[in-house]
Amino acid sequence: MLPINETMGAYSELFMLLAAGTYTVAFIAFAWDLAKSSKMLRAVDLKAAAASGAAEAEASRLPVAAGARTGAAAGTADRADADVSGPAGRAERPSSSVTAAAPASTTGVGQTADGGMRYGAERRAPARVAVALTVLGAAIHAAGVLTRALGAGRVPWGNMYEFLTTGAFVAVAVFLLVLIRRDLRFLGTFVVGLAIIMQVAAAVAYWTPVGHLVPALQSYWLIIHVSIAVLSSALFTLTFAMSVLQLLQSHRQKTVAAGGGDKLGFMRLVPSALSLENLSYRINAIAFVGWTFTLMFGAIWAEKAWGRFWGWDTKEVWTFVIWVVYAGYLHARATRGWTGTRAAWLSIVGYLCVVFNFTIVNQFFNGLHSYSGL
Amino acid sequence: MSERVNVEKKTPAPGPETGAATTPANGKKAVAAAKTEAVLPALGPLGMLRWAWTQLTSMRTALFLLLLLAVAAVPGSLFPQRPANPSVVTQYIKDHPDYGKILDSLQLYDVYSSAWFSAIYILLFISLIGCVVPRAIAHYKAMRSQPPRTPARLSRLPEYGTLVIPADAGVPASNAISDAATLLKKRGYRVDVRDRDGARPSVGAERGFLKEVGNLVFHTSLIGVLVSVAIGGLFGYSGQRILVEGDTFVNTLVGYDQFTPGTNFQSSRLQPYSVQLDKFQVTFDRESRGKFGQPIDFTADVTTKESPDAPAKKEVLKVNEPVSLGGTSMYLTGNGYAPVVTIRDGAGNISLQGPVVAKLQGDNYYSSVVIKVPDAKPEQLAFAGFFLPTAFITEEGVSFSGDPELMNPQLTLNSYYGDLGLDHGVPQNVFELDVKELSPLNARDLDAKGIVLAPGMTHTLPDGKGSISFDGVKRYIGVDIHHNPGQLYALIFALLAVAGLVTSLYVNRRRVWVRTGTHSDGRTMVEYGLLARGEDHRLAGEAAAIRKLLAGQWQLGGEDPSAAPDGASPEPTEADSIQSTAGSSESKKDQ
Repeated sequence: MLPINETMGAYSELFMLLAAGTYTVAFIAFAWDLAKSSKMLRAVDLKAAAASGAAEAEASRLPVAAGARTGAAAGTADRADADVSGPAGRAERPSSSVTAAAPASTTGVGQTADGGMRYGAERRAPARVAVALTVLGAAIHAAGVLTRALGAGRVPWGNMYEFLTTGAFVAVAVFLLVLIRRDLRFLGTFVVGLAIIMQVAAAVAYWTPVGHLVPALQSYWLIIHVSIAVLSSALFTLTFAMSVLQLLQSHRQKTVAAGGGDKLGFMRLVPSALSLENLSYRINAIAFVGWTFTLMFGAIWAEKAWGRFWGWDTKEVWTFVIWVVYAGYLHARATRGWTGTRAAWLSIVGYLCVVFNFTIVNQFFNGLHSYSGL
Repeated sequence: MSERVNVEKKTPAPGPETGAATTPANGKKAVAAAKTEAVLPALGPLGMLRWAWTQLTSMRTALFLLLLLAVAAVPGSLFPQRPANPSVVTQYIKDHPDYGKILDSLQLYDVYSSAWFSAIYILLFISLIGCVVPRAIAHYKAMRSQPPRTPARLSRLPEYGTLVIPADAGVPASNAISDAATLLKKRGYRVDVRDRDGARPSVGAERGFLKEVGNLVFHTSLIGVLVSVAIGGLFGYSGQRILVEGDTFVNTLVGYDQFTPGTNFQSSRLQPYSVQLDKFQVTFDRESRGKFGQPIDFTADVTTKESPDAPAKKEVLKVNEPVSLGGTSMYLTGNGYAPVVTIRDGAGNISLQGPVVAKLQGDNYYSSVVIKVPDAKPEQLAFAGFFLPTAFITEEGVSFSGDPELMNPQLTLNSYYGDLGLDHGVPQNVFELDVKELSPLNARDLDAKGIVLAPGMTHTLPDGKGSISFDGVKRYIGVDIHHNPGQLYALIFALLAVAGLVTSLYVNRRRVWVRTGTHSDGRTMVEYGLLARGEDHRLAGEAAAIRKLLAGQWQLGGEDPSAAPDGASPEPTEADSIQSTAGSSESKKDQ
């Protein structure tokens, strides 16, 4: 057992504070990007709509209102969208090409962003600043997590404070990793905002000085079981955000298609509901495998520590409930009438269970897991 | 994860919603009217069964049961559960006289063995079997059959493209199709060439049968896990025992303090191994401020014997490091102090000597002590009080333990005499003393005051009732002994389930068709189409890869498929001109 180094612990707390501060600035930049880009896109849209309206008038047809024109186009935008290898029971043609959507969405009539979620040609300065700041924040955060580990002489996930700080880091890191391949910057406010909340909660409500682990947690299974749980939770966080946006977007797409006003202008930066659904399904599939491992490794560890691999301990119950809800989600995607909005709700409910399992169950429910450092 | 579409198609749901849902609103009334007039044929008992089976095995029901299972599991975390801690349940019912009993009648203290929870998971597993078996049969047939026939219009497939081999390349349509078949076979496809020497030869190819195999393995393994858990419940057993340093546990029924047998347990199965606790050491945290005095290591040195005649073996028992013996595992689950006392009765004889297990009550091993001395004569004696490893007394006179280690050990007791009630055959909790029938000898509010002892001290009881000596302190450990024969199988099935899950999620089932033909000007026209079964976001990548392979085979170079003229389809007939334009516009889109 390595000795405690309190100086390292103090440095770690400083890094955590600095990381939270950097995230706050990044959050503002992400919010600014949403506001600015949606305004710009709206201007482009209006110009394009006016142009097409004029063209139609020239063609001596019935004068078509710009709104109706874009509305009709929105209906087809979904079809032309990439990534529509949709779930069972979907009317869309199953195509898996990921490059096609750009013309439909950037020429002005598209009401949503590119379904392939690739980086577009136009520069979004505030978004770039925001991502740069997030990278900086994550680097400081990594230093904080590392010094915490060095200070305690073990893996930095042995109590609520460490779950929160390390969990926030993993969520941001996973987000940044996905950003390398996909333009998910529209999720920036959410992910960075959540990281700030977690950091603040850790510092205010769950602050714990560096310390040794109780004997029950001294096992290599702590490294395996908890790291996979945190990683899966980070992925579930992403899909939760995407499912919420999917619900908003599908409502907005319906409203706009019906000729209604577009009250959620910032949603232009967000891809179509179906693209969101497809990507969140793919991420959820990975996270579900991760959660299955969490459950299994937890059971193996439980057998080592308590003599039984499953005993319906409160934490076990909720881990099982989460597993079943996400299993339901995966099945829903293959069930008629359960795709789309209902599947999104299942994904949201699953994530709420994850949050409940982490907060309420850890603190207020009596069980074998309640030694989480409180 | 898995589409039940084909199965559902085979068994059209007799429920009204399939028809009515698609009918426009005004047509609905007409349908309803027709329904009331129509005389429904009687299903009969067999028909009813068939209908119920169809309903139960439908995906919709399975999903509903799955979500219901999640909901039903929740109450088990809200209310105390009997299997985990029966005494907490009893206390809970006492504390909530208004609804405690009602909850009990709803089996909310035994959620996971309750009728309703069992009903849900049994129905779910029946539904699962009803789904897996037909699918396994269907898949077995699919695996043994040839890839499906080539569709007339490949351009309608989600991925479609064309290639043109120049006339001077010398690759006739039949050779081109053989090449395509070879390439696809190399890529892991099962291929079937049709009409090789005809005018329009084609090849059908399919791969990814493992996807459905993985899916079936996953679901079957879940049944396996359930069966393994049931086996553990039938043939397993578990028990607890407290061992003071120097004590020996022998694995027989009487060796246990508490024993929970499985339904089919036989005591002859217990292998009489023995475990002696030689020494138990605890390390406390003396470094960090926040957790000062928190235990950070428990180590029990034990001597084990597989059988009474076997050689003794030194082993170490720790938390997270159980000791395995005779098909069971022994786990370190608790520990504490056991003060060693000697009690003499009124006649001056030693009526009790040895360690007394003190039950943990609060911080720093603040523990309660109950000593019952039924052998004391002329009157039985009893003591109840506290043991403090490091005794401190506040200014208000409240004693507490300042440290978990034995800095200033103290035994604070009240004493009683009278009939302990142990001779009537009614079992009693050794950690509790009912003083209603007893007369107090020593207590804080009596003239004789309470007994306060440090190691080595002796206190003489008033009225010549005897004496008590505090000789020293030993440590004790609590161990759980478990035997679960289903455990290994549960692990194997769980691993199989994960393997199946990953396979079913990441293997893609794809079909590819290639058709060739010779153009009137001598060029060989090639068209290909891809179709995925289930979700497959990498189908476009596969199409590009196949295109590259075909182009490489015929040295066609990086020709842009969208640049191909509309007549590039190997079907230059009039009827096909419409399709071919459609096809090329598709391929343009796909770029």
